[in-house]
Amino acid sequence: MTNAGAEFRTCPTTGLKVHLPAENLIKANAVAAVVFLLIGTVMALLVALTRWPAVHLLSAEGYYRALTAHGLNMLIFWIIFFEIAVLYFASAVLLNSRLAAPRVGWLSFLMMLVGSLLVDLMILQGKADVMMTSYVPLKADPLFYLGVILFAVGALIGVGLFFATLVVAKREKTYEGSLPLVVFGALAAGIIAVVAIAHGAIIYIPTFLWSVGIIGPIDPAMYRVVWWGLGHTSQQINVTAQIAIWYLLATLTVGATPLNEKVCRSAFVLYILFINLASAHHLLVDPGVSPSWKIWNTSYAMYLAVLASMIHGFTVPASIEVAQRKKGYTKGLFEWLKKAPWGNPGFSALALSIAIFGFIGGITGVTFGTEQINIISHNTLRIPGHFHATVAAGTTLAFMGVTYYVLPLIFRRQVVVPSLAKLQPYFFGIGILLVSIGMTFAGSYGISRRHWDIAFTGAPFTLSFDPTAMLMLSVMGIGAILAVTGALMYILITVFTVLIGKRPA
Amino acid sequence: MSISVPERIWWKPVDKSEKIWVGLALTWCIVMFIMMPLWHLKGGQNAPSETYRVTPVQFQKATQAFIEKYKVGEEKGTAIVAPPAGSDIYLNSMMWRWDPILKLEKGKTYRLHISSMDLQHGFSLYPQNMNFQVLPGYDYVLTITPTTSGEFYIQCNEFCGIGHHMMVGKIIVS
Repeated sequence: MTNAGAEFRTCPTTGLKVHLPAENLIKANAVAAVVFLLIGTVMALLVALTRWPAVHLLSAEGYYRALTAHGLNMLIFWIIFFEIAVLYFASAVLLNSRLAAPRVGWLSFLMMLVGSLLVDLMILQGKADVMMTSYVPLKADPLFYLGVILFAVGALIGVGLFFATLVVAKREKTYEGSLPLVVFGALAAGIIAVVAIAHGAIIYIPTFLWSVGIIGPIDPAMYRVVWWGLGHTSQQINVTAQIAIWYLLATLTVGATPLNEKVCRSAFVLYILFINLASAHHLLVDPGVSPSWKIWNTSYAMYLAVLASMIHGFTVPASIEVAQRKKGYTKGLFEWLKKAPWGNPGFSALALSIAIFGFIGGITGVTFGTEQINIISHNTLRIPGHFHATVAAGTTLAFMGVTYYVLPLIFRRQVVVPSLAKLQPYFFGIGILLVSIGMTFAGSYGISRRHWDIAFTGAPFTLSFDPTAMLMLSVMGIGAILAVTGALMYILITVFTVLIGKRPA
Repeated sequence: MSISVPERIWWKPVDKSEKIWVGLALTWCIVMFIMMPLWHLKGGQNAPSETYRVTPVQFQKATQAFIEKYKVGEEKGTAIVAPPAGSDIYLNSMMWRWDPILKLEKGKTYRLHISSMDLQHGFSLYPQNMNFQVLPGYDYVLTITPTTSGEFYIQCNEFCGIGHHMMVGKIIVS
């Protein structure tokens, strides 16, 4: 690296050395993430307005198409593009290192972009009305599976580049000692990503071959076992990345320091070791797998991963409390919380993310992971009620919060309309909270997920649900409008900041 | 700081408050871990565990034979079947119907076989809200004892194409 100096700038705020090719890749991935968030948000509105019985907007065909697009654009494209940006940031920027091979980064980006566009094209053309899970023998156009495979391989290359950058940083001694906690968390997310994507390859490649007629039918029970190795594990990438962001935001917003590095790091290791088997809780009421397999794989593995979340759910708020008390907010039990920077969107996003993820997402999730309770929750609206609290309120809100730091530090633009930014996390967080509550209670009355019409138009028999369930669907609808407003605020703020935001002096 | 390298020795004793919290959380995790198998053995609400491989053709044949043997009527084009108490009964699922309508007796136990002819479906019993996954190629045997009389419905709760919402079946208990 003879001309390394020319490729770096020094951040005036943090003093970190920023590798310019890494910065460009972070920007590209973050921009792509926001574009897919926009597509996902439009779909979210259409889906929610269809499930709100008073509106019932789309046709059946339109609804299932929008729902498939909503799932993939939000859960996969928005989140994983953003995570790749986080990985490059955590390795190159936080370690003052060069990105190992920027060209490989662009290859990864291109593959993910082509893959996701292909998937969206297939869905919007009506060639892949199969939901995000695409359970066989439901069949989509081969190009849909090919798009997913391209995206996944691209993401895997990005994760590999992250690992390579960690090696480069160590070898070139850009830091001394152990990895910073945020980088350690990102590393845990990277390792889980490899496990998740390996499952994806094992299931999507044969499914692709089946869709073009090269191999025979795929066993639906086997598909579900392996697919959830991808489907659930990829949610653990999100949780792990989100918690790394929690630690990052706690430091950036109130200057918090981890209480005990040993505890925090051990908790991340628990995620790596114990999360994957927990995917068995998706199969608790399936034929084909035995009760002992179900019980072992849900209880043993999941509860140690739950322990990890319980630990982070304590250490992050506790580190905030300590930092605040050091500033002199020591009156009573809660002055530290009252005097927290609630007007800083980075902080409010962090606080809402912790509260909703922990109390609603965590509790509902662990409950459904019980063999018996799963009978009354499987495939009802309680399930999306749970994962909107984890992945939308938890992960997405954390990512939104950190964006308010990425914009000035990486894009080097001052956030436009700060007064709107101040409100944005509240709109999104409270909206998702209502969505989650509405769905969870409606589901407990037996209202099914992925279902176009609870009036059962054209069916031989009609079920009439409890009026409370209808009320809850309206709560969901109102929450969705709030959340979509919050998401659009976020998109507008980020787009305008990147385009016309003032450059800091 | 979480974004800077920690001091060289970071493997330090844990503070009391953290110890208490981790201890409480771990205890709770262990309680849940024990409850899972314990409740499977002691509780009475387990998901069925009896399952066999079956081809759609075989299952279709078994269902047809069952319907022909015990058919007592028809409603909206679907046969109503009243099997004897304690027998093996069949419920077939396909895009987008449940076949047949079952007429059962209160307090009697039946072995209910469920499978699918085509895609994955979801057996969701209304108004009890009990849900089971239905897979083609698998015969899932639910041992059931109706405890209340009346009309019950089965909505499909796994997405199975454009007519998914029309897939509603019926069970009559007298």
